[in-house]
Amino acid sequence: MTATPRPAPAVHAGAAPARRRVLAQTAFETRAILRNGEQLLVTIVVPVMVLVGLTRATFVSIDTGGATRIDFLAPGVLALAVMTSSFTSQAIASAFDRRNGVLRLLSTTPLGRGGLLAGKVLGVLTVGAVQVVVISAVALALGWQPDPAGILPAVLALVLGTAAFTSLALLVAGTMRAEAVLALANLVLLVLALAGGVVFPPEQLPGPLRHVALLLPSGALGEAMRGALLHGQVPAWSVVVLLGWTAALGWGAGRLFRWH
Amino acid sequence: MPGSPAVVVDGLVKSYGGRAVVDGLSLAAEPGRVTAVLGPNGAGKTTTVECCEGLRSPDAGTVRVLGLDPVAEARELRPRVGVMLQDGGLPTGVRAGEMLAHVARMYAAPRDLGELAERLGLGSFARTTVRRLSGGQRQRLALAAAVVGRPDVVFLDEPSAGMDPQSRRAVWELVRELRADGVAVVLTTHLMDEAQDLADHVVVVDHGAVIAQGSVPELVATGDDTSVRLTTARPLDAGDLADLGRSVGAAVSEASAGTYLVAGGVTPATVAAVTAWLAGRDVLLTGLTVGRRTLEDVFLDLTGRHLR
Repeated sequence: MTATPRPAPAVHAGAAPARRRVLAQTAFETRAILRNGEQLLVTIVVPVMVLVGLTRATFVSIDTGGATRIDFLAPGVLALAVMTSSFTSQAIASAFDRRNGVLRLLSTTPLGRGGLLAGKVLGVLTVGAVQVVVISAVALALGWQPDPAGILPAVLALVLGTAAFTSLALLVAGTMRAEAVLALANLVLLVLALAGGVVFPPEQLPGPLRHVALLLPSGALGEAMRGALLHGQVPAWSVVVLLGWTAALGWGAGRLFRWH
Repeated sequence: MPGSPAVVVDGLVKSYGGRAVVDGLSLAAEPGRVTAVLGPNGAGKTTTVECCEGLRSPDAGTVRVLGLDPVAEARELRPRVGVMLQDGGLPTGVRAGEMLAHVARMYAAPRDLGELAERLGLGSFARTTVRRLSGGQRQRLALAAAVVGRPDVVFLDEPSAGMDPQSRRAVWELVRELRADGVAVVLTTHLMDEAQDLADHVVVVDHGAVIAQGSVPELVATGDDTSVRLTTARPLDAGDLADLGRSVGAAVSEASAGTYLVAGGVTPATVAAVTAWLAGRDVLLTGLTVGRRTLEDVFLDLTGRHLR
């Protein structure tokens, strides 16, 4: 039974380079989302339907403040789309990966926890880029004419919004049961989409909601996008609100995330 | 460093909510050897292994794997350690083959995927999503992921759980091969035959501490390490057993329902006395073996026979 043990090789070939590990994880995460039917529905199909539906349904009156319907709606729909990928989809995927031990297993490989997080963030940004391309193409086909001066600020606002909502996703996924996350993530998306100042500006919301929505990450992102793409300028307060949420949620996720 | 242990756990303590799950546990695992951590459910096996994998930080005591701290020096250690988690850790939505290829990409010189897939019979389900795999298929895939990076140490947490006999054979064969290649294999199990057939060193754990350890022959050896195990056509009661013990001059106990154990100093005369006593009571003997105690006997003696 006792075979003479051969000594282990003195030098182990080691890990793949860090960049290759993170890129592999990014591709893995991106493929997982874009190949999953439900994820595709919530991240691409629903935002496109909202955009086309609201633009074409002229019997629904919208106060566009003098802009065309598509010019008014497209920035908010882009904001909504980024919320679906960075929050809803990421929260659900991470919660189930956590429950199934996927996060723990990958953290024992050379990828580590840092590489896992980097891969997730880059994966979310990649899916976000795909969403922006698809939704912008549909919007342009519907006659969208964004303010060229606002394109770069809008991209930066989307990146900031992604950071805030990914932090929220990881906070929820790392502290709650997977089934609860599934329900909550969809509910929060629905509430924020209707009453969070994303697609419709906070000032059009009823009563005290208009003040609350301004301080929500959804309202701040929506206003940043409309400011950039309608008027070529992002309101400074919206950047402050998004930075504040990102810092608070990121800190919370870092402190409270449970791997087990 | 030939001769020095690959894994050293010394005085490990880990508590959850004030309750010590691991309470002063110490063990060592050598390169080129299979070390089985054997214990009932809740004994602290998984927590111990998770401390070795860097997934949990010890409350007290030290853990060293290849001379490194699994938490503080994780970066250096991870490429050299393979892990198979008890709950698999496999994402459900991807294909089996993609999952393995993905883990392989984390290493500079992973094993050949085709060869590994063939060894563990993964080819037939490489294109199936993990969600649709059977328990045994998932376990084989998780084992492949644990060894694909050519680790120097592997931790396998209940590797045979949910496996059919064919899968188990393939897994055991791979574990023996890892041992022959000089890998330190640490596996947790509550399966006696797995520990008995596979392990060079068995560490019996209960209530968070080591209660016995050694090779299987060492563990089953006692002063009088032969016994007679018999089964009968009708059950014997406590009075029968006491009477049988007196007439054969040895202790008799019920090992499990309908199976009785005559322990200590078995001679040819003992066997004759047992059969004569049964003949005198007109009880038909349905089975009789003379032999050493099994690891299961030792385990049950150490950890008790009651359910928990």
